[in-house]
Amino acid sequence: MSAFDFDLVFIGGGPGGYVAAIRARQLGLRVAVVEKEKVGGVCLNIGCIPSKALIDRASKFNALHELAEYSVKVDLSAFDYSGVQAFSRKAADKLSKGVEFLLKKNEVETIAGTARLTGAHELSIALNAGGERRIKSLAIVIATGSRPREVPGFEFDERRVLSSTGALMLKKLPRRLAILGAGAIGMEFAFIMNAFGVEVTVVEMLERILPMEDSAAASVAGKAFERRGVKFLVGTKAFSLDRGSSDGSPLVLSLGPAASAVPDTKLEADAVLVSIGRSPNTGGLGLEEIGVRLDRSFVEVGDYYETAASGIYAIGDIVKGEPQLAHVASAQGEIVAERVASLLYKQSTVSESHASLPHRRVDLGLIPSAVYCEPQVAGFGLREEALKASGVKCNSASFPFRGVGKAVAIDEAEGFVKILTDPATGAILSAFAVGPEATELIHELLLAKSSELLPQDIYSMIHAHPTLSEAVKEASLAVEGRAIHT
Amino acid sequence: MAEKILMLALSPTMMEGSIAIWKFKEGAEVKKGSVLCEVETDKAVMDYESSVAGTLLKIVKAEGEKAAVGDLIAVVGKPGEDIASLLTGVVATPSGPAKADALVEAGASAKAGTAGNSVTTSIPVTASVVAEVAQVPTSAIASGVRASAFLPTGFLPSLPSGTPPSSPLARLLAHNAGVDIRSIPGSGPAGRVVKRDVEAFIAGSVSRKAEAAVQGTVLPQSTASKGRFEVKREKLANRSVPVGRIRAVVAKRLSDSLHEAPHFFLRSAIEADRLLALRSALNEGRDEGSKISLNTLFAKLSAAGIARNPDINSSWNGTTIEYRKSVDVALAVALPEGLIAPVVRDCANKGLEEMEQEFRVLIAKAKAGGLKPEDYEGASFTISNLGAWGVEEFTAIINPPGSAILALGGIAKEPVVRSSPSGEDEIIVRSMLRATLSCDHRVIDGAVGAAFLRDLKAFFEEPSRALL
Repeated sequence: MSAFDFDLVFIGGGPGGYVAAIRARQLGLRVAVVEKEKVGGVCLNIGCIPSKALIDRASKFNALHELAEYSVKVDLSAFDYSGVQAFSRKAADKLSKGVEFLLKKNEVETIAGTARLTGAHELSIALNAGGERRIKSLAIVIATGSRPREVPGFEFDERRVLSSTGALMLKKLPRRLAILGAGAIGMEFAFIMNAFGVEVTVVEMLERILPMEDSAAASVAGKAFERRGVKFLVGTKAFSLDRGSSDGSPLVLSLGPAASAVPDTKLEADAVLVSIGRSPNTGGLGLEEIGVRLDRSFVEVGDYYETAASGIYAIGDIVKGEPQLAHVASAQGEIVAERVASLLYKQSTVSESHASLPHRRVDLGLIPSAVYCEPQVAGFGLREEALKASGVKCNSASFPFRGVGKAVAIDEAEGFVKILTDPATGAILSAFAVGPEATELIHELLLAKSSELLPQDIYSMIHAHPTLSEAVKEASLAVEGRAIHT
Repeated sequence: MAEKILMLALSPTMMEGSIAIWKFKEGAEVKKGSVLCEVETDKAVMDYESSVAGTLLKIVKAEGEKAAVGDLIAVVGKPGEDIASLLTGVVATPSGPAKADALVEAGASAKAGTAGNSVTTSIPVTASVVAEVAQVPTSAIASGVRASAFLPTGFLPSLPSGTPPSSPLARLLAHNAGVDIRSIPGSGPAGRVVKRDVEAFIAGSVSRKAEAAVQGTVLPQSTASKGRFEVKREKLANRSVPVGRIRAVVAKRLSDSLHEAPHFFLRSAIEADRLLALRSALNEGRDEGSKISLNTLFAKLSAAGIARNPDINSSWNGTTIEYRKSVDVALAVALPEGLIAPVVRDCANKGLEEMEQEFRVLIAKAKAGGLKPEDYEGASFTISNLGAWGVEEFTAIINPPGSAILALGGIAKEPVVRSSPSGEDEIIVRSMLRATLSCDHRVIDGAVGAAFLRDLKAFFEEPSRALL
């Protein structure tokens, strides 16, 4: 008998924990996942997946209005948003059940409870069903994820002052919604709410919306939103919130220039969504007691996402310095699973020569970002400004969707695909896309970068006509100044 | 509109070539299909036919200069045409052959235009300068049309047969740096050569060269704390290593030879006492740097044997047999990168000292990786000597275009039966050498080979006979 109950235990069954747990099982490890709520984590239950369900319904709702051009009359008098919300819950539940099934099929033990580290290899779990269970594991992975960040004065009540979770749970739409933060989450909710007829005002402290995305792409998205009636207040700070005397009275936000110390305008709303970031869930786990180092609640990690405490790993939204994205958590988790397996088997599961940088940590230049609204915004690699700031020379070539037959045919010709290349070699440094299916299209370019393909490898491949993918081909031709439909 | 003439891959494995002779001078009329120049590759000299007609406006690569596949070598167009934009990015190189030991081929991808890679060229630079990227003002291209738009993909870094799994970017970087990608170990998925491998290789080769300059030798010495075999084992275990250029060429040549040339083998036991005595006598009073080696003696005596048996000095050409005038003897040398057999030309007419010096220079060059095709190609006869490894006897594969190879074992004292002056058999001790001659039966018949081996035996046993 081994001294350990498990080889690898994940605290948290989100996209980091559950994916890595399955990978670890594939590698023959004995694996458990401790989850206090539903497996699938925020992403699946109160994040990416239900929001995508809402976005899809919102797009279809918008499409109804387009049909009006052909004298189609749409009667929305009996429309009830709660049905849309229920639809999104169904999608989330279906997928959460799916993950439960996958874990069971892969013989990952799922423990419903709240874990606390009691030693380098020891966990105490307060079981949801009552009682305590102590387990010993060779390695432990903290995959506890994050929660919506709160702002003083804007504490969530989840009825009128909402986090993304509260916004997903709304069964009745407010008439006017103020959104704090024009990042991916804020923009997605702005799109959803605007489509269903809510008056949306987005307040962003920085000088532009989608500050993490390519600025030209963000501006294309911003214009499309504004045409639909979404108001943006950039460079604006929300100072305080007056919740009124009762639930019936409107919320009043005090706003002012981000640089100033005092508010100068008021904004009335019936609800406010605070989407200014996410805080890591690293409290109450006993991390620092066993030597894990934290920096403002984020976990500091080294190679293979090992923390300062040997044998304790951290992945996902709690990792310092890496993007808080579901797919990043999964990739990090797989690295940990492979690492632990290789240590256990005293041999590398990937050959020694592969054990260079990309397998010790995720390559930050190869992480796709995706904003799912209309138009979609996606990209990877450093933005042009960041490249220039770091002294990297780059060429920028882009191709507009208005030159792509399919995009024109489906009347989604806004936007572009843009490729930044190394002037010396043509190597792809970054790429950004805004427009129809941008979040899907970006992957062809990402594969090209990760496989070190050059633009010529992309454009010399035949792309089907008519497809949106032709934008990728044309953009790679544009790198050499020879796009056809320009 | 003037056309760029680029170095083409004239054979499937060609990565670069050097201009042997320009058949036209600048200003001369060139017809489509006329032979512009002769290009020397790792294998042969080939004609470069012009695919365009016009006036040869500019020779970019002078005779003796190397050009990688895809490099600009000349410009053809109408007289008086402005070709400055086509030459943008081409840095003038000194005419005449670049001195290989003084210069390192480093990559420089010269860039014109804001987005296109219009001209790529290899520029010889000194070892201290590595891959400095030449920046060309973007205004150099007058119109918005970028030259690269006219380059068919065939001119881009080619994918010769035997190219190991490698990313397109890695191939481009290797090409730009003038590095053969086949010599770079890959670390990507399934051993693919990726960007970091090329960068590491280039960085490593620079430091290796710097190290060699300090140590005065190119081969790494086993001075590290780890033993040579330990290091090699660690380096090779569980890895698949791409085949280097020399090994690829040698492998192809040897398999072709063994498969195509019907080999037969003749063996002889040779008394080497007099040969050893001759060597001692010759080397008495000589310093280490000028001592005559046994191999040089073997080569000289073999050349004398071939001079008496001209049938041996021949090559099979399919429909003809080529009989050669000069006796060019190759000596097989084992290198980490592969076997190589440097050739000393016209051995029948050279003295031992001259041959010894030539072999020494060639072997040093081979070890330094600086052997040129003309140093190892076209041997009419090859000697492979494994005596130093304690091998008693072995058979060797003929090294084309030669038709015979002599495999020599070690020299060891043995009891042999000889007739005494009084006519009685007696057992005496002699230093014996076992020689195996491999012959190409298409060219050399058994009796011809046997007659040659008999002469070799006679000369090796009594070298003074070779003076006759």
